[in-house]
Amino acid sequence: MNYFSQALTWLNDPLNWTNPGGLFDRLIEHLQITAWAVLIGCIIGWPIGIWLGHRGKGGAAVITVANLTLAVPTLALLTILPLTPLGFGRPPVIVALAVFAVPPLLANAYTGLRSIDPETIEAAKGMGLSGGQVLRRVELPLAVPYLAAGLRTAAVQVVATAALATFVNGGGLGEIIAAGFGLGINVGGGQIVAGGIVVVALALIVEGLLALVQRLVTPAPLRAVKRRRPVRATSVG
Amino acid sequence: MSFLSWGPAAAVPLAAPAEDGPGNPWFSWQYIHDNADTLGSALLFHAGLTARAVIFALIVALPLAVLAYWIRPLTGPILALSGVLYTIPSLALLALLAPLIGTTSDWAVLIALVLYALLVLIRNFLTGLTSVPDEVREAATGMGYSRFGRLLRVELPLALPGIFTGLRLATVSTVALVTVGSLIGKGGLGELILGGFRNNFYKAEILTSTILVVALALVLDLILALLGRLLTPWTRRRTS
Repeated sequence: MNYFSQALTWLNDPLNWTNPGGLFDRLIEHLQITAWAVLIGCIIGWPIGIWLGHRGKGGAAVITVANLTLAVPTLALLTILPLTPLGFGRPPVIVALAVFAVPPLLANAYTGLRSIDPETIEAAKGMGLSGGQVLRRVELPLAVPYLAAGLRTAAVQVVATAALATFVNGGGLGEIIAAGFGLGINVGGGQIVAGGIVVVALALIVEGLLALVQRLVTPAPLRAVKRRRPVRATSVG
Repeated sequence: MSFLSWGPAAAVPLAAPAEDGPGNPWFSWQYIHDNADTLGSALLFHAGLTARAVIFALIVALPLAVLAYWIRPLTGPILALSGVLYTIPSLALLALLAPLIGTTSDWAVLIALVLYALLVLIRNFLTGLTSVPDEVREAATGMGYSRFGRLLRVELPLALPGIFTGLRLATVSTVALVTVGSLIGKGGLGELILGGFRNNFYKAEILTSTILVVALALVLDLILALLGRLLTPWTRRRTS
């Protein structure tokens, strides 16, 4: 537990928080990268997932895409994208993370729309609602819990993988850990563990907050039926 | 666009990306030919680490899944615990494990990989076990199987499709995750991806290693899929 107490000492030094490139700077970078990546992921994943779910087609394609992205290392996209016309800096990091945020968002949106009782949709059609009206007034409201579940999975995953941006000088909290390794384990051990603790805490906080959001947007009658999150695996690194 | 620009604290890349064109192609047979040994040993290390991680995870996950299956009140806690482990970012887990275990061996990476594979395996094993029909279970009990005998001879074989789904997902994500081990110099092909990036953006090295990682994942997935088909001939008979 020697490194652990060193980590607490490191975290207890206010300068480690307020220095340029300190914890506060890195935390803000981390959150900005995460927010942009999740936003882009939502803009791409949700419409496609909702449209495919509404049409009831492409389930196999959704699963294939989700499984294929599992096989691609985040590190590979992080190193390849800066060498494309995207250039260096934050955009390639955000795009790389957004790519991995799309599958959970898309798959959950698709599952959400597909898991609606067909009789409900039949009834809505019988009442004279057009396809677009069924989508807006019946399917989307019923799919909101799934959309929230996808958002939660994607956001937690992006928060976790944003730490990898340090491999390509992309900023974020991973820089703290990498800088610790740069000092060597004997000197920087405390900083490495401290960085690890902060990243873990951030991931768990985001997970907790979004679980709360998911609960809030789930209508009470749907809450009674306990569901497990439908997507079984997401990329973690 | 202020969010997208570099803040004052962000590190600036040390060198500009190398020119496109003949000097630094994305793919080069010459590179593969000249570095076959390096690529081969990295691939072997990568595959070996993946295999060890998945096998260890299998050894840990199977008893846990059976425990959760036999003792229902334990299902929630076991799944929740592995879910929390899964939420921990890979880099952070490595940062917590590496100083404790040391970076001279690949044990820190191995333990991190095993912890990540656990959730996927336990969930799918449990799905497989709970999908065994009640009639089958009762018939087995009626034939005089003990609890353990029933598990070994009836329930586990019938859960094989779920077990293989879990193994495939865990293997594919483990192959991708090994690259994160680059943080402590035990990343297999990830080392080469990162090495190419740091070696003045050597595109051929980056792309070749990436292709090898994805190919390794797909090949292992295919092998497990075939093995699963061979071991569960009844699933094919039912569909045909």
